[in-house]
Amino acid sequence: MAIWESIPEQFQMVLIILAQVLAVTIVVTLCVAYLTLAERKVIGYIQNRIGPNRVGPKGLLQPFADVIKLLLKEVVVPSSANRFLFVIAPLLSITPALAAWAVMPLFPGFTLANINAGLLYVLALTSLGVYGVILAGWASNSKYAFLGAMRSAAQIVAYEIAMGFALVAVVMASGSLNLGEIVEAQAGGAGLLNWFWLPLFPLFVVYFISGVAETNRAPFDVAEGESEIVAGFHVEYSGVTFAIFFLAEYANMILISALTAVFFLGGWLSPFQGLFGEDSVLGAPGLFWFALKTAFFLFCFLWFRATFPRYRYDQIMRLGWKIFIPVTIVWIFVLGAMIAFQVPPWFA
Amino acid sequence: MLENYLPILIFLLVGAGLGGVLLLLGFLLGRGGKDAQKLSPYECGFEAFEDSRMKFDVRYYLVAILFIIFDLEIAFLFPWAVALDGLGMFGFLTMAVFLLLLVVGFIYEWKKGALEWD
Repeated sequence: MAIWESIPEQFQMVLIILAQVLAVTIVVTLCVAYLTLAERKVIGYIQNRIGPNRVGPKGLLQPFADVIKLLLKEVVVPSSANRFLFVIAPLLSITPALAAWAVMPLFPGFTLANINAGLLYVLALTSLGVYGVILAGWASNSKYAFLGAMRSAAQIVAYEIAMGFALVAVVMASGSLNLGEIVEAQAGGAGLLNWFWLPLFPLFVVYFISGVAETNRAPFDVAEGESEIVAGFHVEYSGVTFAIFFLAEYANMILISALTAVFFLGGWLSPFQGLFGEDSVLGAPGLFWFALKTAFFLFCFLWFRATFPRYRYDQIMRLGWKIFIPVTIVWIFVLGAMIAFQVPPWFA
Repeated sequence: MLENYLPILIFLLVGAGLGGVLLLLGFLLGRGGKDAQKLSPYECGFEAFEDSRMKFDVRYYLVAILFIIFDLEIAFLFPWAVALDGLGMFGFLTMAVFLLLLVVGFIYEWKKGALEWD
């Protein structure tokens, strides 16, 4: 403790924050690792297989075996690639996917960075992810990578508009850009009926589907499209550079699921708030509820992948531009009317 | 106020650091010989035909331009949405006019076929 007290106060603060950041990063990274295993297991059982079960008890050590394998593989940088951009692109993917967690309200009263512009920060960082994809596709100097990057960029950009409109509605309903305050605005005696998913139902659906499209997950995975353009933007990546793109994709899935839980399902609020009271085990808000809601959306990601065939590209663009954008604009008007007439229980 | 943003800076550095460490480990641990065939761009076993930075469909460009317009509208909507409680009916109707103008533009794009992909 003597050493700790000899450190100047500002440095103590920085060290405490660093420890918290590292803790969150490690937990998120572990979640990513086990999400990859969960995906293989869930899809396995959906397809009547049992999935990986060899490494460790019931296959529980599989993610670590994968990481070690990928670390030991050769990193190939194609001769015609732009070396600097080629290596920097995976970093540009992973950094925003992790750093967005800085403003996430994890449990009551705790957010790493409790800033007033939290939602804008999230919007900015989730938009940055597209740069990693474009740079990877362009720097590879390969036709498949280039095609994949073009498709992916246009798709992400199209769905971001619908996402932005849905977020505008969340801000209208909660009156705040602070993610913690958005969660608190959904608290109330009616429990899960008080959350924004009900008054914002179409936007809730639009937001989550846009999230699936933004992360380039099936059925919107034309950017990878194994059967047409091999692997899309990361076709030239091998070993650890590929592993980082993989990590970023799964980190983004967890991020989108957590954000959907925060914006529409009341984050750490308990669904039984009014039923059991805040003091009981089931009624108390906490990290448990947040994790449970996030896990539900993650399961939906895997379920979609196992169930739906891949969309055609023109269908993807039609869904984004011609269905989602009109729906969101109309619902912003409806929501404005609901707020103006103070419809209970949400806007009373 | 500003110190609330310190965790964000630290998180950005940690995020980039994690990626950097992984990259470094990969370059140090990864092994294997390199030859011209392995380093050439992948093209189903053929020699690459032409430069891969080829012409691309103009519609991608169109999508990017439409995106900028709409994203700007969303940026306009955010401060209004935060202040909606204090603005009351007048504030709502003002933005309704703005959104209507946006919708007129959107219908024009739609009828012009800018949103068609095939």
